[in-house]
Amino acid sequence: MISYGQHQFPGKLFVVEGTDGSGKSTQLALLYQWLKAEGYPVFFSEWNSSPLVKDTTKRAKKRHLFTPATFSLLHATDFADRTERDIVPPLKAGAIVLADRYIYTAFARDVARGCDRAWVRDVYSFAVKPTVAFFFRAPLDVAVDRIVSGRPNLKYYEAGMDLGWSDEPEESFTIFQGKILEEYDRMVSEFGLTVIDATRSIERQQREMRLLISQHLEKRRRKNH
Amino acid sequence: MRCGCSSANTLRRGEEKIINQKHFYGTPLPGVEQEEYTGKLIVIEGTDGVGRSTHTALLRTWLESRGHAVLDTGMTRSVLAGRGIKEAKQGHTLGRLTMQLFYATDFIDRLENEMLPALRAGFVVLTDRYIYSAMARAELRGIDTAWIRSIYSMALVPDAVFYLRISSPQQLVERVLSSGRGFDYWESGMDLHLGEDFYDSFIEYQKRMLKVFDRMSSEYGFHVLNASRTVRSVASDLRRAVTKLIDEPVTSTEDNVSQLQVVRDKPTAAKSTVKALDLNKEAS
Repeated sequence: MISYGQHQFPGKLFVVEGTDGSGKSTQLALLYQWLKAEGYPVFFSEWNSSPLVKDTTKRAKKRHLFTPATFSLLHATDFADRTERDIVPPLKAGAIVLADRYIYTAFARDVARGCDRAWVRDVYSFAVKPTVAFFFRAPLDVAVDRIVSGRPNLKYYEAGMDLGWSDEPEESFTIFQGKILEEYDRMVSEFGLTVIDATRSIERQQREMRLLISQHLEKRRRKNH
Repeated sequence: MRCGCSSANTLRRGEEKIINQKHFYGTPLPGVEQEEYTGKLIVIEGTDGVGRSTHTALLRTWLESRGHAVLDTGMTRSVLAGRGIKEAKQGHTLGRLTMQLFYATDFIDRLENEMLPALRAGFVVLTDRYIYSAMARAELRGIDTAWIRSIYSMALVPDAVFYLRISSPQQLVERVLSSGRGFDYWESGMDLHLGEDFYDSFIEYQKRMLKVFDRMSSEYGFHVLNASRTVRSVASDLRRAVTKLIDEPVTSTEDNVSQLQVVRDKPTAAKSTVKALDLNKEAS
């Protein structure tokens, strides 16, 4: 089994990370359009999207079957399927893979849920190291505001209601997101995440991303010609 | 008698967690409090077709007739992931890593929601296969052993592991065929492309499986039972060993505790626990 940091593929992997409401999915969608227009083979992969695991996750969320350990393991199962199906083969083929949420989402959430930090990192050690991992950083109140105002009610696990911090979903969500943000912040240096200030304009964030990404693409183009 | 149980005091050394007579292999389960588990965790291990389910059922009936409350469990029986795994195995898109993690999810769900509550309530928990089968399957599929051990380091060290052993894969074939079930795709290791057909693949896969099990047997201190014998004699050996385990009073010394080496990513068995159960090894 090849572990994190050891994979060598001709393709490039760009991932976006950040708390809910940080605007990362919007940015990734814009990136996708741009890369397609530029003529690159682009493959998109999303968190919680494994066809083998999706139904189990959905049912478990609905029936509140998760503990912190099984929440972590089932999401790792989903991620393993994504890796084996959607990430490794396109990278081998030399494509660009764009991932909406990656292992850092699991590290942030699972540790906030009380899982052992080293254990969770071990579980995901099979993951491919991204070419660039963008972390969209928004202050806690901004992120919470974006989510709470955009949604009629927060979901049980999303709000961290399983952890018993508060009976009030909004309060529980705020506590949970605070812990998640703390975990993200400590991962910036641990994994060399590229921080994008998510409070800036959408256009400016996108420009910044394209600039960084094109550095990696030009190298590749030159090699091919 | 010798027993590998710790003293009644709850000890804590570094990362490891020792709870009365029960120990975890390493990483603590998040959100699970240190508690006293008064029940017994008994594992029946062995390759496909050795009679694990027959013996689990016999043991259950016998234990219940003697007044013990029993919970039995086994792979893919979890409320959370059982159905999902079965569905995933129907297709041909289940990857090696995905499969291991799906099984781990199933295991932890049963550990947290079935086994630990039952042990807390003083039940005898009989489990048809445990982490060893899961780790052996992973190893045969080229999965990094340190990785799979780390994942299963949340497991509880059983009070005893009975390994029903049959030395030749040919003997297993006879049993598999006579049971009327026929060859199973995964139990024959068909995903590994080891042979031309089910038979060839099964023989090669089970041969490799036996090797891994034999190695684990000494590493984790399995109590080996020769399963080539009649059901009756295997069952009677099992009963004798289980009687010892359940009925004898627990003696505890600090020395025994120090024999348990708990390493986060390399589970080691409570060998001393198993020593106490070695009584019938020669007889079998």
